Amino acid sequence: MDNIIVVKDLVKKFKEVTAVNGISFEVPRGEVFAFLGPNGAGKSTTIKMLTTILDKTSGHITLNGFDPEKNREDVRKSFGIVFQDHSLDDDLTAYENMEFHAALYNVTTANNVRQHRIEEMMKFVELWDRKDSMVKTFSGGMKRRLEIARGLLHHPKILFLDEPTLGLDPQTRNHVWEYLKEINKNENMTIFFTTHYMEEAEKIADKISVIDHGDIIATGTAEDLKKQTSTETLEDAFLALTGKNIRENEATGLDGLRSDSKMWRRH
Amino acid sequence: MVYVQIAKCGGVTKMQAAYILWLRQVKKYYRSKSRVIGSLGQPLLFLLAFGFGFGSIYQKAENGNYLEFLAPGIILMSVLFTALFSGIEIIWDKQFGFLKETLVAPVPRINIMLGRTLGGATVATIQGAIVFLLAMLFGFRPQNISMVFIAFVFVFLAALLFTSVGTIIASKMDDMQGFQLIMNFLVMPTFFLSGALFPLSGLPPIMKTFIQFNPLTYAVDGVRGTLTNVFAFSPLTDFAVLAVVTCILLLLGSYFFEKIQA
Ligand SMILES: Nc1ncnc2c1ncn2[C@@H]1O[C@H](COP(=O)(O)OP(=O)(O)OP(=O)(O)O)[C@@H](O)[C@H]1O
Ligand SMILES: [Mg+2]
Repeated sequence: MDNIIVVKDLVKKFKEVTAVNGISFEVPRGEVFAFLGPNGAGKSTTIKMLTTILDKTSGHITLNGFDPEKNREDVRKSFGIVFQDHSLDDDLTAYENMEFHAALYNVTTANNVRQHRIEEMMKFVELWDRKDSMVKTFSGGMKRRLEIARGLLHHPKILFLDEPTLGLDPQTRNHVWEYLKEINKNENMTIFFTTHYMEEAEKIADKISVIDHGDIIATGTAEDLKKQTSTETLEDAFLALTGKNIRENEATGLDGLRSDSKMWRRH
Repeated sequence: MVYVQIAKCGGVTKMQAAYILWLRQVKKYYRSKSRVIGSLGQPLLFLLAFGFGFGSIYQKAENGNYLEFLAPGIILMSVLFTALFSGIEIIWDKQFGFLKETLVAPVPRINIMLGRTLGGATVATIQGAIVFLLAMLFGFRPQNISMVFIAFVFVFLAALLFTSVGTIIASKMDDMQGFQLIMNFLVMPTFFLSGALFPLSGLPPIMKTFIQFNPLTYAVDGVRGTLTNVFAFSPLTDFAVLAVVTCILLLLGSYFFEKIQA
């Protein structure tokens, strides 16, 4: 099978903290793969190493056939990403943010392809009528939607989503996932996402890795995980695997987002 | 490594990335009217306080017209502050998250850095031009209008140089904590010990040495010389020093920018 992501014995240490503790996993091309784990599990750190913004301490990574530390540009061309925290320029309009991205990724301007693509993506996240508004006037959910649209703009082979739907209302969340699944099928785009939401992992992902304290504890379909732990729900499976209930952690994640949006309002 | 990347970056697509970063800096500048006006307050104050305050003393000492002496220094003060600040803006992009968007882009970081730096330098040069016009308003007259263009070559070089310094500082800093330190121990001495406000002759040797190693000194001399015909060094020396230091700092800046991890 053609694995678009191959990770072997990956370690990341920050001074005294070991954020990622020797994990190995593979993601076949076209799969929807989820990292499910509590705060501080090492989800974002792993994504950062896969996407060239952080160098690993040891181990091996191959992404779309390339090494993120040796062939940075080839790797960067392969993926789109929605970061866990804010990454838009608040002092530019929504459209300008998209244009900026299109220029960096060299989306062709011939035959107005670029404009059409931006329009298509902004319509998908229902922000086209706000295209000329400054991003700083957007709500947290609107910013999130714009970031998702931006991550898709250049037709990436892999889409990384670090807690993409945090702060989105259920209706928008469904709409976004429906669309992403469609691209996943039609364009064979691999999706790698992290989440705290059990039902999201269960409903959306083909395969789930449960990660805690920098270790992958189990990998498989939601069914596999339930069978492996002889439990009825993914929630119970998670509890059996990690010894904790992920809901306790959900609150902190949301708090983070709230303080984030407070920070934006001050400007 | 950096050299190889410069050699590779001839492609149009990669220059497009530098262009979009340049455009972003310039757009943000002309949109923030308050920033434009706010940043003119200081040069205005200096022109008024020093120009008129010290002017009479200076003239009594038979050194000629102080405004003529002062105006190039104030133009460069404004360039120094604006350029350094543009470079340091990377810290805000780090804190507000936008930097990540540029760090994962499939473009050599040197192009990202060059675009940013050119953008910052452009903004600083425009700022310098506004202060130049302000000085004209106060009665400053260049000896030879055709030399103004040459003067702005020096201004632009200084702008590039100090934007790169800002980039280097910002690449190494995670927040604005150290900013006050930099203002007091780097920016202020650079400004005061550059010959911007007073002539270089008659200073104690220690200060003279510092002044000689201060790139702003050569920018001040270059601009003052071309505008008023009074050089402390020579235009060629000024240009050579600025060009070499700017190149070195640009390379250093790209090196540090390349190393940023998020
Ligand atoms: N730059 C850094 N310096 C030091 N420690 C870090 C750094 N980044 C992450 N860590 C630590 O690494 C561990 C894993 O963090 P990471 O952000 O990967 O967790 P996560 O699984 O994404 O959690 P969350 O669900 O809260 O986003 C944490 O203990 C965190 O404190
Ligand atoms: Mg995270």
